[in-house]
Amino acid sequence: MSSENLSDTPMEYEDEKQDSQEKNANLVKGEEVKLKAKYPGLGQKPGGSDFLMKRLQKGQKYFDSGDYNMAKAKMKNKQLPVAGPDKNLVTGDHIPTPQDLPQRRSSLVTSKLAG
Amino acid sequence: MAGAGGGGNDVQWCFSQVKGAIDDDVAEADIISTVEFNHSGELLATGDKGGRVVIFQQELESKNQPQCRGEYNVYSTFQSHEPEFDYLKSLEIEEKINKIRWLPQKNAAQFLLSTNDKTIKLWKISERDKRPEGYNLKEEDGRYRDPTTVTTLRVPVFQPMDLMVEASPRRVFANAHTYHINSISVNSDCETYLSADDLRINLWNLEITDRSFNIVDIKPANMEELTEVITAAEFHPNQCNTFVYSSSKGTIRLCDMRASALCDQHSKLFEEPEDPSNRSFFSEIISSISDVKFSHSGRYMMTRDYLSVKIWDLNMESRPVETYQVHEYLRSKLCSLYENDCIFDKFECCWNGNDSVVMTGSYNNFFRMFDRGYRQDVTLEASRESSKPRSVLKPRKVCTGGKRKKDEISVDSLDFNKKILHTAWHPQDNIIAVATTNNLYIFQDKL
Repeated sequence: MSSENLSDTPMEYEDEKQDSQEKNANLVKGEEVKLKAKYPGLGQKPGGSDFLMKRLQKGQKYFDSGDYNMAKAKMKNKQLPVAGPDKNLVTGDHIPTPQDLPQRRSSLVTSKLAG
Repeated sequence: MAGAGGGGNDVQWCFSQVKGAIDDDVAEADIISTVEFNHSGELLATGDKGGRVVIFQQELESKNQPQCRGEYNVYSTFQSHEPEFDYLKSLEIEEKINKIRWLPQKNAAQFLLSTNDKTIKLWKISERDKRPEGYNLKEEDGRYRDPTTVTTLRVPVFQPMDLMVEASPRRVFANAHTYHINSISVNSDCETYLSADDLRINLWNLEITDRSFNIVDIKPANMEELTEVITAAEFHPNQCNTFVYSSSKGTIRLCDMRASALCDQHSKLFEEPEDPSNRSFFSEIISSISDVKFSHSGRYMMTRDYLSVKIWDLNMESRPVETYQVHEYLRSKLCSLYENDCIFDKFECCWNGNDSVVMTGSYNNFFRMFDRGYRQDVTLEASRESSKPRSVLKPRKVCTGGKRKKDEISVDSLDFNKKILHTAWHPQDNIIAVATTNNLYIFQDKL
C-alpha cells in the first residue's frame, strides 16, 4: 500500500500523511454535517448513554395483564388502536396483547450447513 | 500484488468448499453467528442465530491426493440453546449462539463451550463405534425377555457399529449475567473460564455451575452516568492470571487476577490518543472495539474497531505498534452507515498460526488479510462465482475516486447486507473458514 512512498524524503512523507489525515477528518466532518441536517435533534442529549442504554435493554418486551384485560373490556365499546406495522416494538400507547408478542419457536429444522 | 495473500512468499488462496444453502432467501435462524477451529484444527464449529451448532471434521489426507488437504465434512450437529422468555424481567432471550470456544483435548472426547446472551453450556462430543451385544435379559431390539425362557448364561461382547457422534450437555452455567454475554474465554489452566457481558466479567470453574466469581464490574452507581460498556474479553494464552477486556470507547484494559479479587483497577490501559481535530459525532462509535485477540505467542494483541485493525505490544500502552486500514473508503459513507445501523456491525479478527498474518471481514463479502512482515495486504471475496474447486481467488479492489478501472468496484456498488463478521484461521495450516450471512466458505493455500 505504501510502496510508492518509499522514495519520498521523510519530510514529504510526513506532509503527505498529515494531508491524508486532514482529508479524512474533512470527509468525516462532511458526513457529520449531513447527518445533523437530517436529524437536527441528534446529539442534544448525552449521545453516549443513549445508544448504550438501547444496547443494554435489547430484548425487552412488555406485556401487562392489566392492560390486556382493560383492553378486552373496552373492545366491547369501541375500536382499539390497531397494532402498527412494526409488531416487534411493543411500547407506549399501543396495548400489547399476547398475539402481538412474536412467537418463540425453537429451530426444529437441522441447520442447512449440515445438509 | 497479484496472488499475494499474506504469509509472504505470495501465498495463493484457493477455494476449497462452501457449506450452506444457495438460495438468496435467508431464514433468520440460518445466519451464522460464530466460527471456531479447535486446538488441533481437525474440527471446525459454527453457531447460528437459531441456536444450533454444526461441527465439521477434517478428513485424513488421502495417500492418493497428496496435493490436497483433507476436506471438512459434517461430524455432529445439535441444538445448543433454545429461545426463552424471562417473565420476571419481561425479557426475550435469543437462542443465537454468540461464541463457541473449544477446550484443549484431554481424552477421547471433545469439549466446547457455547453461549447465548444469558447461558453458557459445556458440551461433550464423543464417538461411539462399538455397542454391547448378547445380553441375557434383553433382546437385540431392547425388549425384555421373559426371564423364565432364559436357560443359559452368556457374556455380552462389544461389536463394532457404524460411527455415531453424540453431543451431550455436561454443564449449564446459568443466571450469572444480568446483561448480554459477548465473550467467553477458556483459561490456559484448563480449569477456569471467563464470561463477559456489557458491564461485568465473571470467572467460572468448569466443574462448578452454581457459583461464579465476579472479577470486573463497571456498572456505575447511577446508570445515567454510564459512558462505556465491555465489548470483548480474553484470557492470555499462557499466563493464567492475565486477561484483557475492550470497551466501546476504544480502550483495552489488562488485568492481573493476582493483584486483587475484583479487577476493577486495571494493570495496564491501552489507549491511542485521539487527535482532537479529528473528533466528530462518529468518533466514539467507530472507535468502539468489536473484537480483541491475543497472538499465539502472547506478546501481542489485536483489536478491531469499525475501520481498522490494530496490533498492540503488551509492553507498550501508549499506542498500537501497527495499524491496518480495513475499508477506509467508508469514511465518506458514515452518515448512511449510521442510518442503516451498519456502523454498529461487530467485525471479528484472527491471527494465523505463526502470528505473521491477520485477517478480518468487510462488506460485499470481502475479507482482508494483512501480512505483518512483508507489509502486504489483500482483499478477497467469498462468493459462489469464484467457487470452482481449487480455483485461485482473485484479489479485489475498491475504487474511491471517479475513474473506475476494470475489475474494480466502486464504493457505491458495495452491498452492505453482505457482511463477513466471522472468520477463523486453522491453528497450524493455511486453511481459513469465512462465514458470509448464511454460508461457510473454506479456503486453502495452493499446495
